[in-house]
Amino acid sequence: MRRRPARGRKLADLAVRAAASLAALLGISALVLILFEVARRGLPALDPAFFTALPGPPGVAGGGLANAILGTLALTFAATLVGVPLGMLAGVYLSEFGRDTRLGAAVRFCVNVLMGLPSIIVGLFVWTVLVVPFRGFSGHAGAVALALIMLPVVARTTEDMLSLVPHALREGALAVGTPRWRATLIAFRAARGGLITGVLLAVARVSGETAPLLFTALNSPFWPRSMSEPVSNLTVTIFQYAMSPYADWQAKAWGASLLIMAAVLTTSLLARTFARERVR
Amino acid sequence: MTTRHAHAAEPDRRRPRPWGDPLFRGLTAAAAVLFLALAAAILLELVNGSTLSLAKFGPSFLWSSAWNPVTGDFGALSSIAGTLITTAIAMALAVPMSLVIALFLVELAPPAVSKPVGAAIELLAAVPSIIYGMWGLFVFVPFMSDHVQPFLSAHLGFLPLFKGPPMGIGLLTAGIILALMILPFITSVMRDVLRMVPPVVKEAGYGMGSTVWEVARKVTVRYGVRGMVGACLLGLGRAVGETMAVTFVIGNNHRVGTSLFDAGNSIASALANEFAEAADPLYLSALVELGLVLFLMTFAIQGLTHVWIRHLERSAGRGL
Amino acid sequence: MNATSPKSPLSPPPAAPRPRVADRPDDADTSAPPKISVRGLDFFYGKQQALFGNDLDIAERRVTAVIGPSGCGKSTHLRVYNRIYQLYRDQRAQGEVLLDGENLLSPTTDLIELRRKVGMIFQKPTPFPMSVYENVAYGLKLHYRLSKGELAEAVERALRSAALWGEVKDALDRPGTALSGGQQQRLCIARAIAVRPEVLLMDEPTSAIDPVATAKIEDLIEELKREFTIVIVTHNMQQAARISDYTVFFFEGRIVEFGATRQIFTKPVHRQTEDYITGRFG
Repeated sequence: MRRRPARGRKLADLAVRAAASLAALLGISALVLILFEVARRGLPALDPAFFTALPGPPGVAGGGLANAILGTLALTFAATLVGVPLGMLAGVYLSEFGRDTRLGAAVRFCVNVLMGLPSIIVGLFVWTVLVVPFRGFSGHAGAVALALIMLPVVARTTEDMLSLVPHALREGALAVGTPRWRATLIAFRAARGGLITGVLLAVARVSGETAPLLFTALNSPFWPRSMSEPVSNLTVTIFQYAMSPYADWQAKAWGASLLIMAAVLTTSLLARTFARERVR
Repeated sequence: MTTRHAHAAEPDRRRPRPWGDPLFRGLTAAAAVLFLALAAAILLELVNGSTLSLAKFGPSFLWSSAWNPVTGDFGALSSIAGTLITTAIAMALAVPMSLVIALFLVELAPPAVSKPVGAAIELLAAVPSIIYGMWGLFVFVPFMSDHVQPFLSAHLGFLPLFKGPPMGIGLLTAGIILALMILPFITSVMRDVLRMVPPVVKEAGYGMGSTVWEVARKVTVRYGVRGMVGACLLGLGRAVGETMAVTFVIGNNHRVGTSLFDAGNSIASALANEFAEAADPLYLSALVELGLVLFLMTFAIQGLTHVWIRHLERSAGRGL
Repeated sequence: MNATSPKSPLSPPPAAPRPRVADRPDDADTSAPPKISVRGLDFFYGKQQALFGNDLDIAERRVTAVIGPSGCGKSTHLRVYNRIYQLYRDQRAQGEVLLDGENLLSPTTDLIELRRKVGMIFQKPTPFPMSVYENVAYGLKLHYRLSKGELAEAVERALRSAALWGEVKDALDRPGTALSGGQQQRLCIARAIAVRPEVLLMDEPTSAIDPVATAKIEDLIEELKREFTIVIVTHNMQQAARISDYTVFFFEGRIVEFGATRQIFTKPVHRQTEDYITGRFG
């Protein structure tokens, strides 16, 4: 049999390895550059007033985004309050009762569909059911929109984490006469690390969402006083300020971007440490 | 402790709350059914909200290029085209790039590099899309108009794709930003997939006298093909519906042009820009119908993913 | 060289204190130069040393069995012959391993050519995620320039040599992973011998396979040694006794005893060897 010289193969290998390393370097540095740029432009805007004052009138320097920071915290908190328990309950159903049932399969399908749903569609949906009938944008609508985004994520994580818990643990509990709900609580305790990770990741995800708030919570230049009126928030503020012609607003938008990015990255890092705990 | 037997003989003494379990089961089932209701409600509300537009324009809404709030004439063509074009650009750039980065991290880089970089990429996948929008508008758009677009015009300007004034914003820019946004996401999923390939299979590849590239291309990638296609479809789903990364830089124009430098719009960007200001019922209805189209598009992608995974499971048998 | 050793019946060994040994020459055939000579081989996993001064000669077109308790370094030793250990950054070999007189541990060794000459079969079958045909064609396409017809011929030849042709000739398009465990292992053997190697390394090739399939592979090894030099790691004493001409006994990274299989299994020199093959430990 005629041999094929290995020279070409080795050259191709070398070329591909060099190109891959280079491409990887390029891609990774582009991403790092983005982070760096946000930090560079955002840091100057983060003076004490940024965290304590209300925004000033357009075009006038000074003021801050304290109301938006508070509003984002309030919206995320409210969304978590609704989304996490409901999502977990559904996740429990899927892992404990709905493994091989038709309902389980249908619900699992819907969880997947909702997970892949663009967040702007969620905003649109909430607008039709909560904004139009109640004649006005509101914090409630915003929180519900964010909760709808959390729901499938939490349900999926809960199902996944609970199914990682060995069956023997539950069977052991059930065998000595423990009721089902208490056995599930035991499984919850075993899956604690993974569940906390999932919840934190879901919180991180919604706290940076903009699209679902655009026509639900809208935005407001005032302190958030009630969830039944528009609530100021960082992400929609970034959108509005960035698109404005005022240099000071644009600077504030960078500051808000840095703040959101830092918060999301910190939460994700925190989530990762919990995930590692689970492995141990 | 009672034995099972004793328990059966006198059921209610030791277990004063026999309703605990049914209640628990009912609660969880109710939460589960909520998902069914939600999915149905979303579809229903979108259809319901677009009745005006559906009645007025019928199916021609999909291919009409009109978009005139003043005369009340609306068509989805420019939005659908913009969505598809930006998504195609994003996928064309992000998929090979993330495959290469994932291969680099799993096969080439020493652990001292691949561990921190891999973790960093996972973190980057969590960065909110509005950050990419900000960066795109203020940093990348000027770069595009000063360097990339003039360069492309000079060298590929004979193609209609690269004609027009270098404004910086437009479909091409939006596609690139979108690519950067989904890059860490697809990369981290692909990295997980590649790491799942059993070392002994790779050893067998090297044992046959393969080079690193040959093992990666012919063995590792084929072994992980299902997961990687899944990763791409997930990325595709994200790209199609992404709002903020696109809205900042796409230009918000409903004209249908031939150049990638043209300002355009995607379904998501049209919604983000126009929805809050639209007052006319027909205008709103047309926007909701755009949302319905987007919903159906993502739904189709999901269906495709599902079918693909099923197909591979059946044809490849076990071990894949 | 035309080795025609008498075939032994592959009956399961009786519950004897010592495994039955095939009828083979009692002492080493010293007329031919060894295919592989190992001289002073040390091996390290990071800072931990796993092999200590191994010296060994592997005879051409013979089956050499490597035995010893788990963790004794027999697989590690085998994995030096095709330098597959080099995939892992912290693994390192020192000393000399001469293949036809050339030190394969030298930094100038062409790993691609080395691994063509020295094929490897793993403990678990490792079919690639492609069709049966493509699996066998894989190495052929890498190392040879063949027309379509030549390729098909070479694939068939390899599958016949691996005693698998009859079972898969109508299923060449099916995924290799869809075969049974024993068939998968023979597919891997076919894939390895297709590129015409000189040495075949087998790392416990039957430990994940049922007894009937094991018997088939043992028959196959008997056939293959007409053409190839075979080094087989096994934890199964009976297997070593049945199929090998020479046996090496490893203990804690050192070669304790090496000789003709008959001698090792009937008159071991060392106490440790005797204890191990009679099942007193390990």
